[in-house]
Amino acid sequence: MSLITVEQLSVSYGAHRALHDVNLVVEPNEIVTIVGPNGSGKTTLLRAIVGAIPATRGSVVKKPGLRIGYVPQRLHVDPTFPITVARFIDLPRGVDKNTVNASLERAGVPDIASRQMSRLSGGQLQRVLLARALAGSPDLLLLDEPTQGLDQPASAAFYRLIEDVRRETGCSILMISHELHVVMAASDRVICLNGHVCCQGSPDIVSSAPEYRALFGSGTGGALALYRHEHDHTHDAECDHDHPPKEAAE
Amino acid sequence: MLDDFMMRATLAGVGVAFAAAPLGSFVVWRRMAYFGDATAHAAILGVALSLALSMSIFIGTVAVALAMALTVSALSGRGYAMDTLLGVLAHSALAFGLVAVSFLSGIRIDLMAYLFGDILSVSRGDLAVIWGGAALVMGLIVWRWQSLLTATLNEDLAYSCGIDPKREKLVLTLSLAITVAVAIKVVGVLLIAALLIIPAAAARPVSRTPEGMAVTAAIIGAASAIIGLRTAYVFDTPAGPTIVCIAALCFAMASMLGGVKRLG
Repeated sequence: MSLITVEQLSVSYGAHRALHDVNLVVEPNEIVTIVGPNGSGKTTLLRAIVGAIPATRGSVVKKPGLRIGYVPQRLHVDPTFPITVARFIDLPRGVDKNTVNASLERAGVPDIASRQMSRLSGGQLQRVLLARALAGSPDLLLLDEPTQGLDQPASAAFYRLIEDVRRETGCSILMISHELHVVMAASDRVICLNGHVCCQGSPDIVSSAPEYRALFGSGTGGALALYRHEHDHTHDAECDHDHPPKEAAE
Repeated sequence: MLDDFMMRATLAGVGVAFAAAPLGSFVVWRRMAYFGDATAHAAILGVALSLALSMSIFIGTVAVALAMALTVSALSGRGYAMDTLLGVLAHSALAFGLVAVSFLSGIRIDLMAYLFGDILSVSRGDLAVIWGGAALVMGLIVWRWQSLLTATLNEDLAYSCGIDPKREKLVLTLSLAITVAVAIKVVGVLLIAALLIIPAAAARPVSRTPEGMAVTAAIIGAASAIIGLRTAYVFDTPAGPTIVCIAALCFAMASMLGGVKRLG
């Protein structure tokens, strides 16, 4: 069965309607990305899925026993709160030391287990959050703008890491991203959100949809070009030189 | 052993310090210092009500402190800034409490004892209430420890683990009300917040984990109670305030130690 099924979901804050009639399904072993302009309800949708905000209408049904690894958009650890990275990953269920170290290593930050959370850099914090989510061996990772504050090589590496994790563990990933070109390359399915689901489907279908073009403007042609470009070349993804987008002239 | 008033006072001080340490750590982490103050100030109203209705002071103060804490939670997010709201409620509760006490003409009560504590007159019965309350608070916090920490770090993260942050907040509110009620006898309503915050704040610079901070705060609090009582005895100073003074000195030393560590 599907990991999560969101049906006719509406969420309102007072008089403001943040989401209405959202339908969404995440199947096992797929990477689904939510794109949308600021204020389009992306974070609200993820928060409704984890249960942090109640649905005004509609429902979120999770597969029984579903293990969710959630990476929130921001985590501010107050300097008054002393906590090491290892202790943080241990919250709240308690995982053994080997799992802590293995998940830190998987997330690409093997040597920071004894560091204080409030002293981490933005990139380290994102990876620690991912490590914590992975430590619970999740069936579904929910990532809210996981590459926020990372520079381009770091964020490219982060998305590669996510793909590796999916391949190794078979978990599904539902994430929010602003980086359209990466989204198009790394996702199985893209959901374009603006209060409701404007359009969804495979990346090339979505990027040619008129609703998507209306939201993201003419720059999207370039995003699609880059997506195709990455697939008809044999460079590895680390290649950082720029090809002129083939279809930009169209 | 309990026949000696100094022994009873010491045990009372240590009992309150043990309850206040883990709770005080959460008060520091969640920036609830004023919230603790407001709850403590409301307790004087609880004292007045208990005396008027001739019921247990412990029950009366827990009830009023809890009502105060719930009122603050209910009113927050209704357009007032939190510090304004707490300022209004804390001082109103104190003023209403003092006025209410003045109506109790039939009973002669020593107001100073409730404002600043009267640790040297702690009876065996008081000791039982203090240690019972402290054990209850420590039990609650140890039981909810992992969930409380998660909810304190990030509410959405807590929800994603099936933890309801509102329920955890209620656990802290209840613990706060109980701590206030048992601490009145020891330091009085005006200095309860000091006993919550100062040991925890002193423990911060020398701690690496939340558990370390709570345990260190308990040690600092207990040591302040023991040394403070001894000092008060030798110099004939008021016991409650002297305990707080010792805790404050510990804070100053720990801050300097933390500063040195950062430089090194």
